[in-house]
Amino acid sequence: MAKLELRGVEKRFGEATVCDGIDLDVGEGEMVCLIGASGAGKSTLLRCINLLEPIEDGAIYLDGTDISVPGLDPQTVRSRIGMVFQSYNLFPHMTALENAMLAPRRVRGVTRAAIQPEVEELFARFGLADRMGNYPDQLSGGQQQRVAIVRALAMRPEVMLFDEITSALDPQLVGEVLDVLLMLKDQGMTMVLATHEMGFARQAADKVCFLKDGRIIEEGAPDAIFDTPKMDETKAFLARALK
Amino acid sequence: MTKQDAAGMTRRQLYEAQQRKRSIRIAATSTALVIAAIVVLVPLTPGWEKVKRSFFNWDTLVDTFPKLLDAFLINIMIFAWSAPAIAVLGLLIALARDAKSPALFPLRIFGAAFTDVFRGVPVILTVYLIGFGIPGLGLPRPWNSPYIWGSLALILTYSAYVAEIFRSGIDSVHHSQRSAALSLGLSERQVMRDVVLPQAVRNVVPSQMNMLIALQKDVSLLSFIGPVEIFRQAGVFKSLLANFTPYVGAAIIFLIVTVPATRYADYLMARQMRERR
Repeated sequence: MAKLELRGVEKRFGEATVCDGIDLDVGEGEMVCLIGASGAGKSTLLRCINLLEPIEDGAIYLDGTDISVPGLDPQTVRSRIGMVFQSYNLFPHMTALENAMLAPRRVRGVTRAAIQPEVEELFARFGLADRMGNYPDQLSGGQQQRVAIVRALAMRPEVMLFDEITSALDPQLVGEVLDVLLMLKDQGMTMVLATHEMGFARQAADKVCFLKDGRIIEEGAPDAIFDTPKMDETKAFLARALK
Repeated sequence: MTKQDAAGMTRRQLYEAQQRKRSIRIAATSTALVIAAIVVLVPLTPGWEKVKRSFFNWDTLVDTFPKLLDAFLINIMIFAWSAPAIAVLGLLIALARDAKSPALFPLRIFGAAFTDVFRGVPVILTVYLIGFGIPGLGLPRPWNSPYIWGSLALILTYSAYVAEIFRSGIDSVHHSQRSAALSLGLSERQVMRDVVLPQAVRNVVPSQMNMLIALQKDVSLLSFIGPVEIFRQAGVFKSLLANFTPYVGAAIIFLIVTVPATRYADYLMARQMRERR
């Protein structure tokens, strides 16, 4: 049984079908990269997994339990699945440390004192020990994105979703964020990424899925997708993306 | 290569310095002309001597000013208890109007009706209706005091406006903040309290400052139902002395309070615009 299973996931916004019957298995500790043009449905799929968007049809299983049952309390699910966004979305009125401690304090009900050592340890591990007291607007984009990752990790999630987390960064800051992902992979985190970083996907992913018009057109090991794509759509996309 | 003159200025700096001097010259000249026109022309009007005597009488001003200041304490008092009540009620109404739970549907309707009614009626009418109407029920002292019901009229009216400003503040917080907070497992309530509201309130501080300034002035409307605050006191002096100067004195006292407050609100507004770029 895979850690995360998607079966026939369908998501519509009005007339537009954004996810059109998506099947996907993500094994424990696996890193799956979703690639494809903007608008292919990558981000929406991630938002559906985190129950930020209700799905029309299909099912999503976490550890074999259907988490997409209508009416299910989304809070418990979300606290097990962390998500990081393209635009960081840090809370601007809180320091980096407060950003990371808010959810554990509110959702798990632990005190500031009880959670602080653990969170500080996270900041230290990702090279942010001297940035904990800063407000988001005092941090570089790369630092903000790493704080956002720490904030999600502070909830001790079992799965992490990353929605084009390097797309808003200056090229020279992309590396520091991708390094964090490699660290998490080493620690055995289960991860799903929507990404435009083809080089990274090829180097680090266990599985790559190419999406187009809300469907997974082709999936497989990175080498297979990048070196010997079978579908014409995949070939056309890669020709443009790797130019 | 940049050419520099003796003062060490580049060509452009020199040009800009000249332009600056030119605009200062023009501004000074036009200001002087306008002031001169007022000083020369106004005293030429047929009624000037009479107006000067009845509006700008120095002795009357000096005599009545301390009493006016005393009366202004009543304005400050009414302001001081109304403002916090307005802040709390305004916020509650804003939250009620955004309530999503079906159980709170009546609250939503009530919030909408409340803001519609109290924004739609002139303040002075609300003051009259509540200020005369409720004591008319024959309530015993001190519950028939115009201070209480007049203040309530102000509180209700201003809460309606303040609620709308809070609501615009809540809307101004980007929905991605909500997504991020929800994705961490926070409940809708926690998202509102810990993430959205603190940012919303900060965003509307300058607008709410302007409401405070307006409230400070509108406290004078209570004079119509009884309290002898500064406007009423000036009116008493006018009748007593057959002179309008006390009104000018009252205006001066208002300006002493409102001008710095207005400047400060503008400063906050400008700073916020800069921060948002």
